[in-house]
Amino acid sequence: MEIVLIGLNHRTASVDLRERVAFTPEQAREAAEQLRSRGILEESLVFSTCNRSELYGVPRENATDSAGALELFVASFHQLSLNELDGSLYRHRDSHAVRHLFRVAAGLDSMLLGEAEILGQVRDAYQIALDRGETGPVLNRMFQAALEVGKRVRSETELSTRPMSVAFSGVKLAERIFGKLNNHRALIVGAGATSEQVVRHLCDRGIKQLRVVNRTPEHAVDLAARFGGEVVPWENLAAALDWPDLIVTSASVREPILTRGIIERAMAARGNRAMLLIDLGVPRNVAADAADIYNTYLYNIDDLSEIVEQNKKARVAEIPRAEAIVDEQIEKFLHWQAGVAAAVVLGDLRKKLAAEREAFVQERLASMSHLSGEDRAQISAMLQEILDRVILTPAERMRGIPELRRKLQNFEAIRDLFRLDREKP
Amino acid sequence: MPTQRIFAAGGTGPVPRGCMHTMTSPYVIATLLFYAASLALYIWNLREPSRAAGVGATSCLVAGLCLHYLALLARSRLIHAVPYDDLFGSLSLFAWLLAATYLCLEAIHRRRAVGPFVLPIVLVVFLLAHLPEARPVKAPPAQGPLFAFHVTLNILAYSAFAISFVLSVIFLVQNRRLRDHKLGIVGWRFPALDVLERMTRSSVLIGCVSLAAGMTAGLIWAHRLEGQYWDGDPKVIVTVMILVVYVGYTLLSRTAAWRGARASALCIFNFLFVVFSYSIVNRYLSHFHRYF
Repeated sequence: MEIVLIGLNHRTASVDLRERVAFTPEQAREAAEQLRSRGILEESLVFSTCNRSELYGVPRENATDSAGALELFVASFHQLSLNELDGSLYRHRDSHAVRHLFRVAAGLDSMLLGEAEILGQVRDAYQIALDRGETGPVLNRMFQAALEVGKRVRSETELSTRPMSVAFSGVKLAERIFGKLNNHRALIVGAGATSEQVVRHLCDRGIKQLRVVNRTPEHAVDLAARFGGEVVPWENLAAALDWPDLIVTSASVREPILTRGIIERAMAARGNRAMLLIDLGVPRNVAADAADIYNTYLYNIDDLSEIVEQNKKARVAEIPRAEAIVDEQIEKFLHWQAGVAAAVVLGDLRKKLAAEREAFVQERLASMSHLSGEDRAQISAMLQEILDRVILTPAERMRGIPELRRKLQNFEAIRDLFRLDREKP
Repeated sequence: MPTQRIFAAGGTGPVPRGCMHTMTSPYVIATLLFYAASLALYIWNLREPSRAAGVGATSCLVAGLCLHYLALLARSRLIHAVPYDDLFGSLSLFAWLLAATYLCLEAIHRRRAVGPFVLPIVLVVFLLAHLPEARPVKAPPAQGPLFAFHVTLNILAYSAFAISFVLSVIFLVQNRRLRDHKLGIVGWRFPALDVLERMTRSSVLIGCVSLAAGMTAGLIWAHRLEGQYWDGDPKVIVTVMILVVYVGYTLLSRTAAWRGARASALCIFNFLFVVFSYSIVNRYLSHFHRYF
């Protein structure tokens, strides 16, 4: 029940090499199929994202240097020489391979610590492999446990909760003020790339209504059309300010377009309901003294960048808690694996002893012609009973006591001791 | 000086001699332990949110509430009267209702971040209620469901106002941090300002409705007993004032001039009336009411 993994990621390989070793969904399916049909692996799963390409598998019994065979396969599949891959591929076996996958699912191995998307990518890759019958009991258990690790890390730690981009920080701030955004409205002033990021996050968080205003109307129309918003003419900007709860500005201007007076009038018109102003423009679009107006919250690009920095530190501080969850789940997986290995070894042992008993009875009873057929059967049954007692009692203990399985993790020693592989019945 | 006419609901059995220290009651000790454990877990959950700590905090609070109920029951049996028959029993009931109201609020809004601020009040009030000796009271003339309804609803109202006070304090602190761009790590874990505002309004609404219903029950009961609704007891005047200031808050908190931080400050100010009513008025001014 060996588990083997080879792969490369953003830490070990350049973007150029990652591009060449990446598997499209079609290629991933084809590679997994070939690995099994060529007899390299019994179970296989190819996992490929923009930052990593990894092959997980359970090699056939008695296979030697499966990791080497996988390397050769990757090189030939992508038409690369082994020299090109040299130093970029990592190899992990058994518990190290399990740990690697669990850390990947937790977001601990991502370029952006605690990245949320990776768990979905692991889930998709596993689902495809499962549907195609490429995985077996070991990889199934391993990937299901990895998904559980990912979920636990996201729900029990704050590794993935804090925003790591300026745009997302603005949206999360809005949620600190308004709660859920599905009852609130946003006005986007300026239709540049930053605005688009904010709009995307706002839509993801379910903003109720969206309006876009831009000096160049075509850009506003384009952005509004893509995200289901409405366009407001630039001339009507001041009049449109009493409508939104959240205003995001990123227009290219020399002087603030939203002065204190304009905001004050808007606040009066909206009955002083709270308003969040996110000013992403440089030079600033909103006058600094607008922050003093009652029930307004003004954040500029520097304020948001500072929040991002704090969040980075906070995520790093969460690593030990996430690693503790990974350790806990690895322990559980290894217990399960040891239990399965114990059952297999004990099954083989029973078969071997039954064959030994049969040979022994035949040999020793051949010279005892005075024994009747009934006596012979009784002797054979008694021998079977004593062997069952010797084997069944430890087997039951092995099944019931995880601690014992942990102590006897290397079942290969038992296999060698009884020569189970050489003399299979 | 007005004649001391004290009424309370309660038992009519023989009054035992002597007194007993309720702090030695196993229910009181167990309640204290569970409330303290709940507080510790709420604080832990606020510092390092985890499902285990959150569920543990709520479970300890539920266990504390059950044990607190048994402690109230034991106290009633000891003094041969309903738990609110003296100041300390009334404080204990207040603590119980405060914890129960908070638990309902937590269940409705699914937020645990307020727990670390409500539980200390519950713990302190509970300790105050159970530190002194419980003395048996004389068989009082006031009893019956209407009277019990009157007292329980009034104490429930005070508990709801206490919750709204805590929520308003959190709102003001959170609002200041958001305006100063100093949210910090813990700041991200509190409910949104809008949610805090809604929670405060619901608490005040529960308080106002309970207080109005409790007062009505009290007036009807007084009329049945004495043939008049009110005989000039200052407690009634202060309670009407409390109702007026909280109804005022409810109306003002939705207006342009008051919504947000100003309304929260008003809610905090209003709670001073509750404290005044519960302490000075109960202790020194009221001649008709005793401890509620």
